[in-house]
Amino acid sequence: MSTAEISAADPAFRRRASARGSGLEPLFRGACFAAATTLLTALGGVLVALFIGGWPAIAKFGFGFLTNVTWDPVQDVYGAAGPIVGTLITSALALLFALPVAGGVAFFLVELCPPLLRRPIGTAVELLAGIPSIVYGMWGLFVFAPVFAKWVEIPAMGAAPAGTFWASLVQGIPNGSGILAASIILAIMILPFMAATLRELLQTVPAQVRESAYGLGATTGEVVMKVTLPYVRRGAIGAVMLGLGRALGETMAVTFVIGNSHDFPKGLFDAGSTIASTIANEFNEASGLQASALIALGLVLFLITFTVLALARLLLRNQARV
Amino acid sequence: MALSAARIGRRRAANAVFVGFCFVVTALALAALALILWSLVAQGVGGLNLKVFTMATPAAGTPGGLINAIVGSVMMCLLAMVIALTIGVLAGTWLAEYAGESRYGSMVRFLNDVLLSAPSILVGLFVYEILVAPFHGFSGFAGSVALALLAVPVITRTTEDVLKLQPTSLRESAVALGTPFWRVIRTVLWRAASSGIVTGALLAFARISGETAPLLFTALNNQFFSWNMAKPMANLPVVIFQFALTPYPDLNKLAWAGALIIAVSVLGVTIIARIVSRDSKPS
Repeated sequence: MSTAEISAADPAFRRRASARGSGLEPLFRGACFAAATTLLTALGGVLVALFIGGWPAIAKFGFGFLTNVTWDPVQDVYGAAGPIVGTLITSALALLFALPVAGGVAFFLVELCPPLLRRPIGTAVELLAGIPSIVYGMWGLFVFAPVFAKWVEIPAMGAAPAGTFWASLVQGIPNGSGILAASIILAIMILPFMAATLRELLQTVPAQVRESAYGLGATTGEVVMKVTLPYVRRGAIGAVMLGLGRALGETMAVTFVIGNSHDFPKGLFDAGSTIASTIANEFNEASGLQASALIALGLVLFLITFTVLALARLLLRNQARV
Repeated sequence: MALSAARIGRRRAANAVFVGFCFVVTALALAALALILWSLVAQGVGGLNLKVFTMATPAAGTPGGLINAIVGSVMMCLLAMVIALTIGVLAGTWLAEYAGESRYGSMVRFLNDVLLSAPSILVGLFVYEILVAPFHGFSGFAGSVALALLAVPVITRTTEDVLKLQPTSLRESAVALGTPFWRVIRTVLWRAASSGIVTGALLAFARISGETAPLLFTALNNQFFSWNMAKPMANLPVVIFQFALTPYPDLNKLAWAGALIIAVSVLGVTIIARIVSRDSKPS
């Protein structure tokens, strides 16, 4: 058979060349592209919707919205400083409590744990990271708060010498809810997540690196602190910031135990509020300027968490995907 | 050598402190988490009975259960998963197969990662702005959309990851047979990656089934049993939230029972997801 017999003009060739359904390729590709764009639009849409919804409040209060401490639905005056500071303080404290513990758990699992227990404990930590935050919140309200009031708040307030820094630090009503209680619940909530992420990162360190350090006579502590942790430091910072992002935006674990007061918190035991808890508590009863102020609060939260999460992702890039 | 002996002693002591610290904090963390699970089970089992699964949510002091909330939660989560799977699998496929290293692709990938841990309450506010306020009413649909928005990034991410794990030779051999690329994806790649995609879907389902914040302003709540997704709809997380904050012990008890139901289902789904992904790994 000569090649001249099969030419592109031959109908038989054309039937063979274009397989069934190849015309649908652009359609499928378009659908995939549209889905990816939807995702992008969603994030952009959140920003735009929050900006439009919050605009009346932003226009009325301007920059003062961020610095004013008065949140007064009766006078229709709204300042977000209380919730913003509450958000930042509770998240920072939660991170402060959770970080050493999460690090300890991760180091334990990677370096010290007997092999028999490694899998069960590792799995347990990962499973706990998936427990809904409302469970942590409920536990905080019903179980933790009474114990915390009785054994920590009341003794601490009694022990603090009046007029000193300590006395002002432990100001508040010792009923078990407040800034510190919320921070502790938040810390417990982000703990499994951070521990699981750190563990996953530490496991990416090549065995040769660890083993050579041990071979040089390094102790376990030195291997972790001077070899494996520096090896994954960028990712570790990213993981910590992911935890921070969670703490900043967490609603349910906080709302139950923070006490929900818009005033600027005076001490660690004082009731406060976070942006998320304020929105959760008030949005359904709000209308007009108050609703707008709440959405503007949401915008502030969006900008804070977006910055933190974006930084975290930039640092985690090329590291273990978590 | 005397100097080095002292030094070794110091290093050993420092190491002992480090090791001790790790043991203590691990014990503390596990104890705290065990305590939470224990009180959840102890309080939740006390509230569980047949009425929980047969009667609608009560007013304080009257008998009742959670059936309307359970049905509402299941319906909203299922609809959310249908939406999220459609968008998430397609978007993940685009990222893995079509986007390559293009700038737009990296941007979508990056923002998807950010959305993955975005505060869920903001998603609730967003859906309120686009679906609840313009149509003057809370609805089960709005709740589903909010939940879907939380599930999509998880599914997109896992779909992309598992598709990228498929060997290039698989694509090449299918293409060499003359198959259009979209059919390669549909009949070869998706099938090869199916257990990974299922795992992602299960994890996303586990995540959204416990979400409370996005439902507060979208599905709201409903005291009565309802199949109507165009109206406010009861759901477990919001019922738990509201009942836990009431001063009535019987409602608190129902809240604990609901929390136990949610926690057990989330754990169950997560464990199934782990089993699915373990079976799929080449041994």
